[in-house]
Amino acid sequence: MELLSGGDMLIRALSDEGVEYIYGYPGGAALHIYDALYRQSDVKHVLVRHEQAATHMADGYARAAGKAGVVLVTSGPGATNTVTGIATAYMDSVPMVVLCAQVPSYLIGEDAFQETDIIGVSRPIVKHSMSVKNPEEIPEIIKKAFFLAQSGRPGPVVVDIPKDMTLPNERYEYSYPSKVKLRSYGPATKGHTGQIKKAVDMIFEAKRPVLYAGGGVILGKASDQLTELAKILDVPVTNTLMGLGAYPATDRQYVGMLGMHGTYEANMTMHHSDLIIAVGARFDDRVTNNTAKFCPNAKIVHIDIDPASISKTVTVDVPIVGPVDQVLNEMLDLVKGAKKEIEKEALVSWWRQVDEWKAYHGMRYNSDGEFIKPQQAIETLYKVTKGDAYVTSDVGQHQMFASQYYKFDKPNRWINSGGLGTMGFGLPAAMGIKLNFPDNDVVCVTGEGSFQMNIQELSTCKQYNLPVKILNLNNQALGMVKQWQDLNYEARHAHSYMESLPDFQKLIEAYGHVALRVEKLADLESAMEEAFAMKDRLVFMDVMVDPSEHVYPMQVPTGSMRDMMLSKTERT
Amino acid sequence: MRHIISVLLENEPGALSRVVGLFSQRNYNIESLTVAPTEDGTLSRLTVTTVGSDKVIEQITKQLNKLIEVVKLVDLTEGAHVERELLLIKVRASGAQRAEIKRTADVFRAQIIDMTPSVYTIQVVGTSDKLDAFIQAIGNTSVLEVVRSGVSGIARGEKILGL
Ligand SMILES: Cc1ncc(C[n+]2csc(CCOP(=O)(O)OP(=O)(O)O)c2C)c(N)n1
Ligand SMILES: [Mg+2]
Repeated sequence: MELLSGGDMLIRALSDEGVEYIYGYPGGAALHIYDALYRQSDVKHVLVRHEQAATHMADGYARAAGKAGVVLVTSGPGATNTVTGIATAYMDSVPMVVLCAQVPSYLIGEDAFQETDIIGVSRPIVKHSMSVKNPEEIPEIIKKAFFLAQSGRPGPVVVDIPKDMTLPNERYEYSYPSKVKLRSYGPATKGHTGQIKKAVDMIFEAKRPVLYAGGGVILGKASDQLTELAKILDVPVTNTLMGLGAYPATDRQYVGMLGMHGTYEANMTMHHSDLIIAVGARFDDRVTNNTAKFCPNAKIVHIDIDPASISKTVTVDVPIVGPVDQVLNEMLDLVKGAKKEIEKEALVSWWRQVDEWKAYHGMRYNSDGEFIKPQQAIETLYKVTKGDAYVTSDVGQHQMFASQYYKFDKPNRWINSGGLGTMGFGLPAAMGIKLNFPDNDVVCVTGEGSFQMNIQELSTCKQYNLPVKILNLNNQALGMVKQWQDLNYEARHAHSYMESLPDFQKLIEAYGHVALRVEKLADLESAMEEAFAMKDRLVFMDVMVDPSEHVYPMQVPTGSMRDMMLSKTERT
Repeated sequence: MRHIISVLLENEPGALSRVVGLFSQRNYNIESLTVAPTEDGTLSRLTVTTVGSDKVIEQITKQLNKLIEVVKLVDLTEGAHVERELLLIKVRASGAQRAEIKRTADVFRAQIIDMTPSVYTIQVVGTSDKLDAFIQAIGNTSVLEVVRSGVSGIARGEKILGL
């Protein structure tokens, strides 16, 4: 057997795990590991400009590829800088392995230079974490880390590696385990057949059914099964913010995103349904609005890999714990083989109602006035990219506009921080995707507030030639905050202005990229065409949009799902 | 409702802090917590008493089960079980008080395990209710120090919590 140092074992284990890129930043405690990286070429390292960006790069890749992203940082500040990125991945169940170097084990507990208890700091925001106590354990710990991060309900795993575990001159026998066994961990591999039958019976009896699909469908790679089931049953489908693309947005049966900024028709359909089939969704407070008034006449079937997601906020009637693809396959078999079918007559009148809601409001907005509307910018982006780009986003109004007006027909294409709502996520996430999918258009929809939270990564883009496109919906304000202040604080705009915006043109050019500024609607499409035609350049499109625009529909706080403001003046 | 949740936990550093962290992170309440090794050196047994609605208790057990180091758990209060807590209490005992306290201790089948001319140290074993009752019976004025172990519990009959 081969003899390797701890540092070499770590990198070799990554390579044996099939890792091509890792994202990170060096420092004292990580130097043996960085030296091991230097002496090989299988695993490539991307040097970011801030560790938070390394986590978002890994995260963007993980969401697009459906595989764990890998981060490597030094101890202390390197490790603490990853916290926001770990929390972001945790909230959206993204598989990630974060390797944090640590001070030598004999110094732990002595407040040594750059010592932080990162296991303790990250404890509430990880799926699991492990410390290396003995260099020989490294291959097994890495195998476990990937297994835990990627199986069941995915999530981030932190590995803490004291410097003396990676000493270059101490060598050990290396072999990478093919399997791990964990007696205390075993996510469900199959849904309960009796429960699945019960669910199918309920579907056949339903008069106003709706499919409510969440991010779990994408994580569980079950879009095809979901779509097939929806097609066979001919029922309306709504996707959550995390589930966009799980069901194709351009399909006739799609009623749009649901929830706080969901479509009128999606929220009405949910509220009036008599059966909700929730797949890989978690009844988040941004979806349900007031749970006491949630869908008063609906029975609920809930399919999820995580038992703790079931009946956490809304009590459900038929829980099914299992991988969504397997459960949907079994449901499909039952539906196809059944003597019964869904009640056709009831469905016809249900569709008449749903189509009426679609026709009543849709996603219209007022496009008068001198300004470009942010909605127009997203519609133009959709047109120019032919609906086929990877779209990452930051957090705010621009994020909601992107989710509402870009019609995602494929899973893994809409990449946003839904659970944590992390400003600064968009650019590094786009970089992680572009690096791994160089032939695809990757665009980050951002706002001038969010963009400045990880703006330093423009430098990383230069170094690694990452020609992402950036669409800045520039409303010269922390727009979403301002919208809430307009609605709830009599327009007292406490600190929601960006009073001294940089000259983005100069800034982008200083980093060696291209910037375009668009002020007139007439120039919007041609500017975007121009930007996307520059295949090998990063192009920043600074689009000046109406600063007074609000995101609608918007659910009314403490109301039911159907209680919405539809514009500044209309309410349901 | 009060529940006693008994957990088999991997005997690893950091496992306990994950359990305790979970309770504070998710705003669950801990009335008492005990933890010690078992006959199997790789496992610890942890007993936590908590109060919550059925919905909260269901979440607590599910969230505990999600922790990688939690091997198995049972809500003892769902079935027949025995629970015990240990109380060590130091009381002022001089003059006529001494006989009075001794009588009270006898009623509760408590034992005086240490004494000085003015102080008794008493040990009581029983349910938490019994321990509360004993402290009440002694009366506040003479109590100098109270140490309680927290609840331990086990199912009655053949049922076991094991691998
Ligand atoms: C790191 C972080 N800090 C604060 C917030 C709260 N927040 C949500 S949206 C928003 C405004 C975002 O402004 P901008 O990026 O310009 O987007 P806009 O809403 O104007 O489109 C803020 C401050 C957040 N989500 N993330
Ligand atoms: Mg803004």
